Parts: sequence; structure tokens; C-alpha cells
Amino acid sequence: MLRLERRPEASHLMSYASPAIAIVLMLIGGLLLFAFLGKNPIEGFKVFFINPISDLWGLSELLLKATPLMLVAVGLAIGFRANVWNIGAEGQLVVGGIAASAVALYFQDSEGAHVLILMIIAGCIGGMSWAAIPAFLKTRFNTNEILVSLMLVYVSQLLVSWLVHGPMMDPDGFNFPQSAMFADSALLPLLFDDGSRVNVAFVLAIGALLAGYIFMFRSFAGFQMQVAGYAKDAARYAGFSAKKMIWIGLLSGGGMAGLAGMSEVAGPMGQITDQVSSNYGFAAIIVAFVARLNPVGIFFASLLMALLYLGGEQAQQYLNLPSSISLVFQGMLLLFLLGSDVFINYRLRWNREVTA
Amino acid sequence: MTSDSDGNQVPRLELHGITKIYPSVIANEDVSLSVKRGEIHAVLGENGAGKSTLMKMIYGVTRPDAGEMKWEGEVVHVENPAHARSLGIGMVFQHFSLFETLNVVENVALGLPGNPDLNQLAEQITEVSNRYGLPVDPERLVHALSVGERQRVEIVRCLLQNPKLLIMDEPTSVLTPQAVRKLFDTLRQLADEGCSILYISHKLDEIQELCHVATVLRDGKVTGDCIPSEETPKSMASLMIGKELPVPEHNAPVELGEARLQLKRLSKKSDDPFGTELQDIELEVRSGEILGIAGVSGNGQQELLYALSGEEPVDDAESIVICGKPSGRDNPHQRRISGLGFVPEERLGRGAVPRMSLTENALLTAHHAGMLKNGMIQFDKIADFARKCIDGYNVKCGGEEHAANSLSGGNLQKFIMGREILLTPKMLVVAQPTWGVDVGAAAFIRQELIDLRNEGTAILVISEELEELFEISDRIAVIANGRLSPVKNLADTNIDEIGVWMSGMWDQESAAEVTSHA
Repeated sequence: MLRLERRPEASHLMSYASPAIAIVLMLIGGLLLFAFLGKNPIEGFKVFFINPISDLWGLSELLLKATPLMLVAVGLAIGFRANVWNIGAEGQLVVGGIAASAVALYFQDSEGAHVLILMIIAGCIGGMSWAAIPAFLKTRFNTNEILVSLMLVYVSQLLVSWLVHGPMMDPDGFNFPQSAMFADSALLPLLFDDGSRVNVAFVLAIGALLAGYIFMFRSFAGFQMQVAGYAKDAARYAGFSAKKMIWIGLLSGGGMAGLAGMSEVAGPMGQITDQVSSNYGFAAIIVAFVARLNPVGIFFASLLMALLYLGGEQAQQYLNLPSSISLVFQGMLLLFLLGSDVFINYRLRWNREVTA
Repeated sequence: MTSDSDGNQVPRLELHGITKIYPSVIANEDVSLSVKRGEIHAVLGENGAGKSTLMKMIYGVTRPDAGEMKWEGEVVHVENPAHARSLGIGMVFQHFSLFETLNVVENVALGLPGNPDLNQLAEQITEVSNRYGLPVDPERLVHALSVGERQRVEIVRCLLQNPKLLIMDEPTSVLTPQAVRKLFDTLRQLADEGCSILYISHKLDEIQELCHVATVLRDGKVTGDCIPSEETPKSMASLMIGKELPVPEHNAPVELGEARLQLKRLSKKSDDPFGTELQDIELEVRSGEILGIAGVSGNGQQELLYALSGEEPVDDAESIVICGKPSGRDNPHQRRISGLGFVPEERLGRGAVPRMSLTENALLTAHHAGMLKNGMIQFDKIADFARKCIDGYNVKCGGEEHAANSLSGGNLQKFIMGREILLTPKMLVVAQPTWGVDVGAAAFIRQELIDLRNEGTAILVISEELEELFEISDRIAVIANGRLSPVKNLADTNIDEIGVWMSGMWDQESAAEVTSHA
């Protein structure tokens, strides 16, 4: 009989092989899914995974979609390493988008770089303030940050919905639930002039990954967070402040999510609507774990996740499948990752006959 | 015993040519031994000699790569611990396998087949624990138990199953001398009833007193068999470590300097409902002395240590004064800046992060000693520090980049001790300095403590091993039920008196003294 047996030591190899296995299983699962939906699996695979990146425009869209994922995932990873479970990046992203939009709409008639700089600051502060709520409640009343941050996602969605139906609604917008289009000074400059939509937020995201890497692996604060994640008692013995780590963990995730929200409204959207986020805040959690909470991994995992987004759009267009198919792929990826992560600490063994 | 002579019976357990190879190390090579019915058989060896691996194979936790095991004359392949238990093998591990969030009776029930009735089981536990002098409260949660109490649970759990072979891995390290007596009576009683016992210990005098036969392991191989009663502790130690055992040199007390640690009416209620409340503890530790605190585990040692280290600060800042600074409210880092060093009882998970390298573990407490620049870690400096610690304190490991959990208990203890000493504390607090550490490393650690005292450091040692305290302390006190006894000069007391005090009875005695003087 096959059974699970605890490994004497966690497998280092498996912890890196696990994401690869999960990706392969997701692809196989996808082929089966296409087959069950009556599509040719090979055709489906091609439409979903090859077509989106078969030209320069597609590649540029890939970078565009990967940008907010990188930003959010690196911020979350900092907290996750210390076992601070911020599940509400989606809400922090929305609030960051709202704050940046407020600045953009206030400076509707201004020229100059200060508008964008203020929007970046406002986005970060917006996301951080939303993340500060679970941080405060956890440090003060020991509430569970998973629940509080998650519930605040729904509050933020109601908030943005109210704003775009009310105070932020475009007066000349025929009552559509959206703001006025931002002025050019409130839009992030494009990186290339070939018509692609990649903007400087991508550069910011790469910068955030670098900064995240330095923080995690070179700074003492990052070390403290890792100690807290591995062994809480050792962190207490060393005198590291648990509260400080909760604050750093949540604020880094919130700040980066807010920046991602800013990059959406000041990037591809150019305005704020009640559809600020395309689920990036949740998808980034999967990205962070597939990436093993490592910024280098986050770069690649974000590209993969962005491909799932684009593939979903293609599947909708050419395979006549609902766009939510990309959520199915995201779900499969997470499921298979959690499944293969079991084998980091366990291995399969055949039970030999008991000869008593 | 039913059989009339030991000679003609089939041995209960026989091992032939047992070999176990791990990827990096040969844990056991061609090990053979034979345990008779009703025999107390010692397995002696330093940490890393392969004793635990051998026992795990007998108990079915791991499987040998070669060799054969016979149980009552039949060849068996022990598949898993449940299989071992069904054969009649019980084991008390050195590292306990208890679920912290469950209470004692639930933990015991988990090891039993079927679905036992908990109330009935609780009665059985109480009965067995009373009979064998191992008091445990079946209703208490395991996380609230001290190391010593957890060990009692493990022993009771095994005894409940009426084993034919009981494996005991370092069982006495946290018991009072009186409790050790009782345990020995129990073990002898079990042996007389026909139960065989494999007894792993590094305490040679105990082995000599208790065990009929001893098998000595070194580097995974059997280096000899002996009859302990015909050997001296010294001769057994040299069999075990392959050379003469160093004896710590305890110089005459040096000039006592200023008070480095003062406790003034230190009281603390425990957050844990089953914890011990500290009551009005008064203590002064001065530069150049080692003050030992004895006591049975669970009498307030953990609470006192948490209060001293700052992991659980107290409300009254004045009740703990470190090097002249009222520190009751300070966190561990602030206290370290004031001059406190602290070596905790739990090495993995508290004194060191299991998955991190020794370099990173050095950073855990050494970070304020010039290891940081603008908040960034100076990896070269910290690696130098770790190497200094490894070389200076004789830590056997693959190198400073290896993880803390790859080290044996004794070597990790030497590393943690070295790390704290290299930080040149003015006041060093050490809990259970040699718990589960082999004789060679224990002697080394004790010598380091004495050397440090000779250099003028004030040292407080809280230990449950009386012989150790008597070996290294200048003054000694006892903690019982959250209260601290008067402090005595070592010369003015003896093991028997301290043993009596460990049950909390010093008031009567001092009261009697006062009346007799009056």
C-alpha cells in the first residue's frame, strides 16, 4: 500500500521542484479541461498559451499585466516570510487606486511631473492605510489579520462603487459609473512609442523587486522577519518586536498593492471605475507562493500568471469559452502547488509486508 | 521470573550486523548486541555515536540498511512504532513526541490502539504514575508542562502498555535525586517482573548502579561490552570517548565584585493557568561567582527564566536590576545591551532557528556587536564571528553555512553557549547547560562556565542536575513552588539538604534553627 512518510529533513530540492510540478500539472489539467469542454486540447493549448505571446504586442501586454502582480506579490512576500498573512491586497489595491485617482482629478488642469509623483505617494499611502487597519487591530487586540484584511476587500469594493456612482463620477459621463478620463499629466509615460501599453510602472515594479530582494536577504529587518516566520520563540528570545514585524509585513503589502492600484488607474485605465482591479490582489498571493516568496521567482511567476490572464481573453475570443477560465487555471495552479508542497516534508513509500 | 537460569533462555532481543547509512554519515556499522529477559542493558556513547539511530531502528522509526533483528528468537522486520508496540517494545524518547495542544490523557490515548475511554485512562495514568513515583496530572495541557514533566508523561505512557522491552533514552536528566531513586526502583521492579530494559544514558554512575550489562558505541560501531559493576566511571568514559575524561578545575572563589543581577521581591503571576506564580524572589549574583538554582522542573524555573531574559517582562522595573539598571520592563535586546547574556533551555526553536545557518544564528543575538551597517547585514563579519564560535567552542559541524538543525544537541549547545560568551556579557544566565549533552561536551561546557567566572563574569545557572550544580557553583539555592530558598555557600550544605529543600521544606528547617539559637 502507498503511504505518506515524513521526511527526516525538509527536501530542499522539492521546495523548488514543487512549483514546476504544479505548472506541469496545471497544463495537463488544462488539456483535459479543454477536452471535456469539447475543444481540441492541442488547439486550446495553442490559443491559451502560445497565441497571446506570439507577437510583440502580445509580449508587451504580458509585461503590462505582470506589472501589478509583481508589485503586489513582492510586498506580500515580505509579510508572508514573517507569517503575517495579508489576504486583503485586493482591497489595498482598490484604495490605492482611489487615492491616486483623487489626486489626478484634483490636479485635472495641472501640468508637470508633480502630479504623477503625488499620485504615486497617494497610492502607496492609500494602500498602507487600508492595511494599517488589520495591523492595528492585530497588534492592539490580537485579531486575526487574515479575516480582517479579507473582509476589508469587500468594504473597499463598496467604497469605490459608491465613489464612482457619486463624488468621483464624471459629470459629462452620461451617468456611467466611472470618473472623468485623467489629464495627460496624470498618466504614466509609455516605455515604447510603438503603440504598446507598457509604461514606467514596469520599471517601478522591477525596482520594487530589487528593493524587495535587498530587504529580504541583506537587511537586518528582513532577517528579523524571516526569524519570526521560522521560529517565533527564537525571535522573542532575540528581542525582536513582534508588533514591528506585523506592521512592516502589512504596510509593505499594502503600500505595494496601493502602488499597483495607482499604476492601473494611471496606466491602462486612465480613469477610475468600479472595476479597478482584475483580481490582481488575490492572484498575487498565488504568485508569491509559486515564487517561494523570492523576488526572482516573483518576476517569472508574475509573467506566468499574466499569461493566464491573456490566455483567458484569447479563449473567450477564439474558443468561445468564458473568460473566467483563467480563474480556473489560477485555481488549478494553487491547488497543485499546495498538493505538491506536501512532498517537501513527506515522501511516498510502499508499505512492505509485515513479517512478524 | 519463571526461568531458573539466564543461560539457557532465548534472548528477548538480538541484533546482528545492523548497519544504517545516511547520505552523509554512517550512523551504525555492523552493530550486534543481545538483551536477555529481565536484563537492564546500557547503551553508552557520546552524542552522535549512533545510539539514538540504533534505538529508532529497534522501535521501527527507521529501518536498517543491513543486518538482522531477532525478537524472542524470531527474525522480525519492525515496520513502524505501532508494530513495535504490538511486539511489546516501548520507547521513551529523548526528544518528546507529545502534542502540545492536547492534555496528558489525550496524548496517551493517541498512542493506544482503538478508542480508549478517557476517564478510565486518566485513572490508569494516575495509578501508574503513583506506583512508579512519576506524578503527572492527566488533565494538564502538555504545552504548559516543563521538560521534566513531559518526560514523566512519556515514561508513564510506555508503562501503561506493559512492555516486554522498554527503551529509555536519557531518562533521568531532569529528575531529582529522590525521583531517580524511585525510577530506579521502578526499573528494577520491572526487570524483576521480566521486562528487559535498554537504557541509554551518559551518566556513568547511574549506569554503574543500575545496569547489568553495557554495550559501548563510538562512531557508530561497538567498541566494547562490559559489566558496569566491574568498571569504574572513568574506565567506561574512556571506552566511550576513546581518551581520558577531562575534569573541570574549580579554583578557589575569586574576589567577589559588584552585584550584577539583583532581584528585589520579584513576583509574577503566570498567564498559564497551570503555571507557577513567582513569589517575592530575592537574589543577588555578584561578579566572579556562579550561583546555582536547583529544583524539580515545573516549580517556577521557566517563569523565572522568562522574567530574567525579558521574554516576559514584569511590571515593576525595579524588581530586576541588571548591572545597576532597573530592567524589569526591558525587552531581551535592551537587557543584552545592559550586559545580560542568556542561554535558554530549548536550543532548537528558541536559542537557535532550526532551518537557518549557523552564521544567521550567530546574528540572532550578536547583531549589535558591529554586525550591521546602515541596517544592512555585514555577512563577512557575521561569518567570522560564527567561525570564531565554532573553532573556539569546539563545535563539530560541517561549517558555518550549515543549518542549526544539522547539529547534535551537544554541539548546538556549545555553539549557543559560545555565541553568548563571545558577546562578553557581564551577567550570564544559563538554563540546563548540559541537558542531553554527552559527557565530553558537558565537561567542556562546565569548564567554560568556570573560566568565565574566573574572569569576573557573574553567572546564574538554573539546572535540574544536582551533581552539576555541586560541581560548578559557589553558592546554591533551591526554587520550589515559585519561591526561592535562602542562598547557601556550597561548603555549608550538601546534596541531601538541597534534595530535601527541593520539595519546598526549608522554612521548617530555618525556623528550627532560629529556635535552637534562641
